[in-house]
Amino acid sequence: MTGPLSPSLRPRDPGHGRHLLLQMLRVRRLEERCVELYSAAKIRGFLHVYIGEEAVAAGVLESLSADDTVVATYREHGHALLRGVPAGAILAEMYGRVEGCCRGRGGSMHLFDAATNFYGGNAIVAGGLPLAVGLALADKMSGRPHVTVCFFGEGAVAEGEFHESLNLAALWDLPILFCCENNLYAMGTALVRSESQTDLALKAASYEVSAWAVDGMDVLAVEQAARTAVDAVRSGAGPHFLEFRTYRFRAHSMFDPERYREKAEVVAWQARDPITLLRSSMEENGQLTADDWTQLQSEAESEVAAAVKFAESGTLEPVEDLTRFVYSERRAP
Amino acid sequence: MKSSYREAVRAGIRDALQRDPRVFLMGEDVGAYGGSFAVSLGLLEEFGPERIRDTPLSESGFVGAGIGAALGGMRPIVEIMTVNFSLLALDQIVNNAASLLHMSGGQFHVPLVIRMTTGAGRQLGAQHSHSLEGWYAHIPGLRILVPATLEDARGMLWTALEDPDPVLIFEHGSLYNVTGELDDGAGPVDIDTAAIRRPGGDVSLITYGGTLPAVLEAAEQLADAGVDAEVLDLRTLRPLDDDAILASVAKTRRSVVVDEGWRSGGISAELSARITENAFYELDAPVGRVCSAEVPIPYARHMEAAALPSVERIVAAAREVTGNGG
Repeated sequence: MTGPLSPSLRPRDPGHGRHLLLQMLRVRRLEERCVELYSAAKIRGFLHVYIGEEAVAAGVLESLSADDTVVATYREHGHALLRGVPAGAILAEMYGRVEGCCRGRGGSMHLFDAATNFYGGNAIVAGGLPLAVGLALADKMSGRPHVTVCFFGEGAVAEGEFHESLNLAALWDLPILFCCENNLYAMGTALVRSESQTDLALKAASYEVSAWAVDGMDVLAVEQAARTAVDAVRSGAGPHFLEFRTYRFRAHSMFDPERYREKAEVVAWQARDPITLLRSSMEENGQLTADDWTQLQSEAESEVAAAVKFAESGTLEPVEDLTRFVYSERRAP
Repeated sequence: MKSSYREAVRAGIRDALQRDPRVFLMGEDVGAYGGSFAVSLGLLEEFGPERIRDTPLSESGFVGAGIGAALGGMRPIVEIMTVNFSLLALDQIVNNAASLLHMSGGQFHVPLVIRMTTGAGRQLGAQHSHSLEGWYAHIPGLRILVPATLEDARGMLWTALEDPDPVLIFEHGSLYNVTGELDDGAGPVDIDTAAIRRPGGDVSLITYGGTLPAVLEAAEQLADAGVDAEVLDLRTLRPLDDDAILASVAKTRRSVVVDEGWRSGGISAELSARITENAFYELDAPVGRVCSAEVPIPYARHMEAAALPSVERIVAAAREVTGNGG
């Protein structure tokens, strides 16, 4: 996947373009700061950053309404943020503070937020797919016109739960959009080293799920494909599958020496940085001035600075609360 | 009225489907086939394929879908044909159902009920004879029910469905054909307490589920030998009813735990440890245990019988702890 953005796609107006640019920048700046904070031992555990892949979450989540449902993976800071979870609550969670979106019980890999229908945050590869199928089933059985969007990496395609879930979704004609973020490596195992058939859309199509591949570095292409798919799903056309071809610029986690890929490959993909691509395109088309860019950067940086301040001033949950939330404290309605 | 255990479970499912439109049953062969153990026979005709939902052989997929549907406001009853197949869904049960509430800081409840058949005794060989309910009782976040009577077979389900957290119900395969009297209006029962099925003063026989009939028979034989055994049916393996267990042991000062699971690291070990920790100075004898032999359950009838807790072994163990060698 090389070259600039699809020439046929343009932001529908400068405001739209700037919005998408800002969304990607917000994720980028937050995660760059997360990496620094990890190195400073403010954040512990596993930390998986999304840097390079921001166009996927930005474009897909743009196509959803507030009542829709999102299921994500352990590389989900960006999805949580763009779904509407406050940056402060995300960072406080990584700090292990009670002000975190899960009171510090989840950490980086388990961000959840009921207010935005954000169902995690799953550290078991493919573990979120059956869950998403069930959420979509509940919507369908209840007659609610909602769409469930389920993100997962291409590594999940090797898991049985991927195949079971696509089959169930198609068999039951469920309102679900499967979003495969194909960054080419399952940790350090390249797709070609783990799959006999590397055309992932073809695999999905074998379950009678409408499926196609999208340039995952082109946020406009992502948004257009996601809108098309979400509209189709919402109109009752059954499950859809989108493969977003993208790339992880950073290591898998903070413990990854990256022995499995060449630096040149990383550099080549960095030339298609989704933020740079959109920025350049808008500049060329007169949709983004230098001042606009400075303004967007500043906005993203202010948000992160405020989030850090929020997390730093967060408090620790009393140890006496340790055994809370193993079982419910209230009866179900 | 006369009822079998199977009919009692079915009546419980029917009660739930009639009382709450959010309830549906899903699993392998629950619909057109009528249930592998004929538990759901006739329900497809009564409630239709949306609510009596046949699934492919995708245990992880449909158990996870049950979790998701519960999160989405439904009240699913997921039937896993047997506990042996539940191993294919362990990821969803342990990593999602049991963990979501805690991981999400109390935000997401999983009001899901999973039913499955458990146990040996029908010459089905190693892969169809597991008793792993004690294993599941190891997991915080789950509630583990082991109905042994007709009342519990019918009444535990409704209470389980009202629970905001995931509940696993283990139905021993040897119980389905047990018949007895069951009140036509038998309703919900509590899922928190153990029950004394036979009061006695000399020894506490502590058991649950499929071994209850053998323990009751053993108690009768012991009575003939002058040993007055109390039979405590645990009913719930997680959380354990410590109060009932300790009260019984405080009264009898002797106990034998009877469990079809394996001895090593099993629920019998947990029970023995709790009795020893909390009632050590009340005891007149070490806690006895009757468990399955530590082998994959064999097919041959005589070998399988030798592997499982039997009336004879229960009687012998009770005589040993009571010092009544017969």
